[in-house]
Amino acid sequence: MRQHRLALCQDHFLEWVPQQVQRAIEKFHMFGPGERVLVAVSGGKDSLGLWDILLRLGYPAEGLYIHLGIPDGDYSEVSQERVGRFAADRGAPFRVVNVAAEYGMTIPEVSRRKRGRSTCGTCGLVKRHIMNQVACEGGYAAIATGHNVDDEAAVLFQNALHWATGYLARQAPVLPASHPRLARKVKPLIRLYEREMAAYALVRGIDYIYEECPYSRRATTLFYKDLLNQLEERSPGAKQQFYLSFLQARQQGRLLPAEVSEVEMGECTRCGQPTTAPELCAFCRLWELESAD
Amino acid sequence: MKIIYRDKVWELKGRTTVRDAIKKVGLHPEAVLAVLDGKLITDDVIIAGDDTVKLISVVSGG
Repeated sequence: MRQHRLALCQDHFLEWVPQQVQRAIEKFHMFGPGERVLVAVSGGKDSLGLWDILLRLGYPAEGLYIHLGIPDGDYSEVSQERVGRFAADRGAPFRVVNVAAEYGMTIPEVSRRKRGRSTCGTCGLVKRHIMNQVACEGGYAAIATGHNVDDEAAVLFQNALHWATGYLARQAPVLPASHPRLARKVKPLIRLYEREMAAYALVRGIDYIYEECPYSRRATTLFYKDLLNQLEERSPGAKQQFYLSFLQARQQGRLLPAEVSEVEMGECTRCGQPTTAPELCAFCRLWELESAD
Repeated sequence: MKIIYRDKVWELKGRTTVRDAIKKVGLHPEAVLAVLDGKLITDDVIIAGDDTVKLISVVSGG
């Protein structure tokens, strides 16, 4: 690990990774010992690795798999099988929400119907809604996602290129539950590189899905990740420094006001989830669901 | 030695470090992991002869 000037054998590496996660959980006050955490799992290395680490650290971590109905090579089916096997091997509880079964259409189908909205944008909206719903109804302390340093640095790079101050103000390891029906969101992997998470999954023998989601292959995030990796090659630690320095500068008010004014949120007239829209939230509008009134 | 990445295969001659082999085939050392005989190997390992190294992408997008 050139960025840490550290070389570890497999046994010590398997101890070091959970230590990094525990440090992030404590430093950013993500959740406490014994608190139930809902891990959003896709079947990939980051989310399954995160789930494995949280279980090893002794947290009651339960999985949520959202079946998106991506047909290419049975992508969603194969991913669900991997998640199911992982959970069964560890005796860890997990639940599945099948988008097509719940709402009548898969993600590719609903996004084809809604012109002007990208498949990835639709997918993000649906996943956020379902994660929040399951976490609030289940009384979990937080939703944990597998975002790592590379993911966060790529988003930061994109937001900085556009000086998207609204997004820059809110990009954080913890998104608090700022509304009674909004679950807390945490990113316990923010001290770890993508490469370290892949190595962790391989060394732990986690059977994760290698293939990329077919819709993300052209994602701009991948381009930004490539650029950042070129930077990392020249200057080991650059990705981590870019992201962690940003968090520090913002916290100290050197970048943006340290306290960001909260956006006024109402509740969706159908599902009751928080929204800035006057009646139906974006999720209910997507599916053209009727108002409860 | 043979370098395999997804559906591509490269044949390289001589002795080289994993890191240099990754660069030679046009990939980024930060973006892949190397596996030899089913075991993860580090960048500084020397490969040669009949070694077959499988490279695994670590980058996920979206």
